[in-house]
Amino acid sequence: MKEAVEIGRNPSAGPDLPDLMARVARGDHEAFAALYDVVAGPVLGVVRGVLRDRAQSEEVAQEVLVEVWRTAARYRPERGSVLNWVLVLTHQRAVDRVRSVEASTAREHKAALLDRTPAFDEVTEQVEARLEREQVRRCLRTLTELQRQSVTLAYYRGLTYREVAELLATPLGTVKTRLRDGLIRLRDCLGVTV
Amino acid sequence: MTAADLHTLTGAYALHALDDDERERFERHAAACADCAREVRELSAAAARLGLAVTVSPDPALKDQVMRRITTVRQEPPRTVSPGELRTVGARRRRPSRWALAAALAAAAALGGTAVWQHERAQDAQNAQEQARRAERRADQVAAVLTAPDARSRTTELPGGASGTVVVSRSRDRAVFVASRMAKPPGGKVYQLWFDEAGTMRSAGLMDPGRGTGAVLMEGPVDGASGMGITVEPAGGSRSPTSAPVALMGLPA
Ligand SMILES: [Zn+2]
Repeated sequence: MKEAVEIGRNPSAGPDLPDLMARVARGDHEAFAALYDVVAGPVLGVVRGVLRDRAQSEEVAQEVLVEVWRTAARYRPERGSVLNWVLVLTHQRAVDRVRSVEASTAREHKAALLDRTPAFDEVTEQVEARLEREQVRRCLRTLTELQRQSVTLAYYRGLTYREVAELLATPLGTVKTRLRDGLIRLRDCLGVTV
Repeated sequence: MTAADLHTLTGAYALHALDDDERERFERHAAACADCAREVRELSAAAARLGLAVTVSPDPALKDQVMRRITTVRQEPPRTVSPGELRTVGARRRRPSRWALAAALAAAAALGGTAVWQHERAQDAQNAQEQARRAERRADQVAAVLTAPDARSRTTELPGGASGTVVVSRSRDRAVFVASRMAKPPGGKVYQLWFDEAGTMRSAGLMDPGRGTGAVLMEGPVDGASGMGITVEPAGGSRSPTSAPVALMGLPA
C-alpha cells in the first residue's frame, strides 16, 4: 500500500518507512529518530484532538512513541502502511486515556464533553500537512451530515457509538451504519487501498 | 447479536467506538470472516487519514525525551521478517518439496543411518545406551513428520548462502527443521530454535553447534505457533531470545 503521507508530495523525498521499521525492530536508534520525524506530528495531532489538554496530550504521545519503539517487531507490512499502524495505535491509546478519565470523573464532566460539538476546522487549525488536510476536508464534505458528524465525533473526540447516538439523539443501529458507510465513502474518496 | 449485525460493526471497530465486550465479539467474528477483516483494514486506513489531517508540530523537547526514554526500554523480540533480509521461497507448498526431502535424506545418509542430529545437554543423557535409544526415537519422529500425509514445508534462504526448511505435520502436531550449510555459531554459542506463538517465542530446542546440515526435530508441539525463528544463544540456550534472530519464517499453512 502507498504511504498516505506521500499523497501530494514527492514520494522519493520521504524515507522508506517499512525499511525504517525493520531497522527499528532490530534496535536501531538512528532509524527510530528518522521514524520519529515522520510520525511524531500526526501522533501528537491525533492525541491532542481526542484529549484536548496539552500536557496530557504530550504525555500520551510520548507513551505511544515509546510503545512504537518497544513493539516495532509487531508491525506487518502486508497489513498496511507504517503510518496506518502507528496511527491506529495512537488513536486506541488516546481513546483508552479519555475513557479512563471519564470513568473516574463526575458525570457532569462527561456531560460537558458530550456537550461540546466538535468542528473539524477547529481540530485542524494547527495542521501543517495542508494538502492532506485539504484532501480530507474535501472528502468529508462528500459525506451526509449524519455520516460526517458520527465519524468525526468517534474519531476526533473518541466517543463510542453509543455516546455518538446519545449526543445526536439517533438510534444506535443508525449510528453503527453511518459510521460504516461514512468511512466507506471516505475510503473511496481518498482512494485508500490496502 | 447476529452475524449480519456483526458485519456492520466494521466502521465502529475501525474508529475504536465499540464497548469492550462488543469489540471482543467482533474480533472473534472478524478472525473467521475474511470480508470483515479486509474491510476493517481498509476502514482503519481511511480513519488514519483523518489522523494525518490533524498533524501538528511537536515541541523539539518531546523528541529529546522520547529518544532518552527508548534507551532504557527493552524491545519485544522480533517476529517479522525484515524486507530484503530474508527471502521466503516455496511458501505454501502443499507437500514437502522434493528439495526438502532430498536434503533430509542427504543429511540422513551423511550421518550414517542416524537420520537426525540433536544437541543434547550432558545431564540429559544418563548413559550411552540411553542416548542411542533417544537418537533412534527422534529419528523415527523425524521420519514420521517428513512422511506424514499432511506434511507441509516452507524453505527460507539464510544469510551466507545457507537455507532452512521447516516441515510441519499438523496431525502429528510436530515440526522438523532441516538446515543446509549453516555457518558454525560463534565460539561458545549455539543456535536455538523457537516457535513463534502470537509473538511469544517458545523454545523448540538447540541445534548441534558442530553440524550445519541436517534435520532436527523441534522440541514440543506446534500447537498455536504460526512461525519459527532461530537465534544465537549462549551454550545451554536461553529461556527467551537474547539476540536478533538469524532467521524468522512463517510455518507452512
Ligand atoms: Zn463479517
